[in-house]
Amino acid sequence: MAKVFIGAAAGFAGDRSDAGGPVVASLAAASGPRFLMYETLAERTLALCQLERRQNPLRGYSPALERMLPPVLARCLAAGIKIIANFGAANPTAAARRIEEMARALGVRPPYIAAIDGDDIAGKLSANELASRRIDGVDLSRAREIISANLYLGAQPIAQALDQGADIVVTGRVADSALALGPLLHAFRWPADDWDRLAAGTLAGHLLECGAQVTGGYFADPGYKDVPGLAEVGYPIAEVDETGEIVITKPAGTGGVVDRLTVIEQTLYEIHDPSAYLAPDVVLDLTAVDVAEIGKDRVRVSGARGRPAPETLKATVCVDGGFLGEAEISYAGPNAAARAQLAAGVVRARVRKRLPNLNVRIDSIGVRSVWGATDSPTDLRGAQANDIRLRFAAESANAADAEILLDEVEALYCAGPAGGAGVRRRLTPRLASASCLIERRFAQPRVTMLGAPA
Amino acid sequence: MTRSVRLQEIASARTGDKGNRLNLVLVCRDPAHYPIVAAQVTAERVAEVFAARKPTRVVRYNLPRLAAFNFVLDDVLEGGVNASLGLDGHGKSLSFLVLDIPIEITADAPRLHDGEKRSIRGTVS
Repeated sequence: MAKVFIGAAAGFAGDRSDAGGPVVASLAAASGPRFLMYETLAERTLALCQLERRQNPLRGYSPALERMLPPVLARCLAAGIKIIANFGAANPTAAARRIEEMARALGVRPPYIAAIDGDDIAGKLSANELASRRIDGVDLSRAREIISANLYLGAQPIAQALDQGADIVVTGRVADSALALGPLLHAFRWPADDWDRLAAGTLAGHLLECGAQVTGGYFADPGYKDVPGLAEVGYPIAEVDETGEIVITKPAGTGGVVDRLTVIEQTLYEIHDPSAYLAPDVVLDLTAVDVAEIGKDRVRVSGARGRPAPETLKATVCVDGGFLGEAEISYAGPNAAARAQLAAGVVRARVRKRLPNLNVRIDSIGVRSVWGATDSPTDLRGAQANDIRLRFAAESANAADAEILLDEVEALYCAGPAGGAGVRRRLTPRLASASCLIERRFAQPRVTMLGAPA
Repeated sequence: MTRSVRLQEIASARTGDKGNRLNLVLVCRDPAHYPIVAAQVTAERVAEVFAARKPTRVVRYNLPRLAAFNFVLDDVLEGGVNASLGLDGHGKSLSFLVLDIPIEITADAPRLHDGEKRSIRGTVS
């Protein structure tokens, strides 16, 4: 069989809504099975969607659906490009209904949509049962309430949905790489125990799942790693053959770069042991992978090896994480460092008096914005910067405690050092998360078809 | 004769997170530099660079076919993106902590990136 083409138009919920256009144009011109994937579910996104679903049973899908799908829907349907996306979040069926509405509004033919759920295990395992299966993250035994608990499903239900003729597959939580492995299982009929091919398909998905990160995004370092046309960076396309050999490329006429470095950086991104990357369908071994530049913006990736799938599935569990309070104030001009130092001391003294147990972090933007530590004292002696923005942060179980810090920062306007300017304050509800390993019997993937085949 | 160059001159890096664990990918621009980087950018050296973040474990995985390394650093993200009080809970900026490491290379070592068109910010010793 000819090659399978899989494009990726989003690597996270905040990704560009116009990324899909050039990818779809490129796929439309190719011949062979073509797919477009969207990965939009960060760990906490799903919990936020679950909270939304509790408020409104018709919601609870990723809001990214609203801005990402309309620009490509008509063209994908017309060209026969199948869409695989985890827009479904906490409510894949509602996402499918919403896509039906979009199609009506656009005046295109009604798509045949598969909604995949069965990843939600919040009702199947108690907090204690989840706590006993925890491998890292927040202590679940002390959580007041489980907000969301979702398994990472594999690629088989996606392949089944495509086998049934779906134009669009919307899932809840699945392994990100399954968004590409599913179409490959469907197109090539790879057996579920052909571990090396499953490994190759998982690697293809892993390379695609962060969108532009394999085509020059999260990469440019002027003078060291120059990337042409970053403002219009092209999102990736993987061409995969029946043996599992992958070519990563990007649409013609777009910016960005696909080379040995972009592909190797992404091959190992967020990997722990490269000989054992655990996915729901296979254990991927990257140690024999070869990466070769075979043309301009074309890189061949081969040599993925697989071993039998793990006996357990990973789940992400989200619980209430209290509140994060953040406030900032600037000091500029002569002696700015000394005034900022004084302001930090004033706030620390005030908070210590009012709420001795509140742990306050102070960063000095302009001197050290991200590389400080929460337990480091503020020391701006000798700082050369004459424009420093202090950032204060604290977390607390209730909103009122974090507000005390924010009030004290704001009070610096009239009661702090000279020239304190531009206070901004923000209180954000937080979710805390843990990872668990769950027996496979709790995974009951369900494929629901909506509409009718074309 | 050796000279000192910043790791950024001969390697490329990116970081990713999983909870409170950071992974750092380091790729040699020229595969011929792999032995030099392997000898000097050890897990211990990376742990030193991250000392302020108090890593509980640093492991280096070697990928000679890719001329790359994967470092895994445990407990360096102050709880991770959902728990850290810092601005960079993902640790996305941290690749540049490691790229600042000075590397001793022999004067006849393989060419640096882009054929040394740019000045090397190091000293010849």
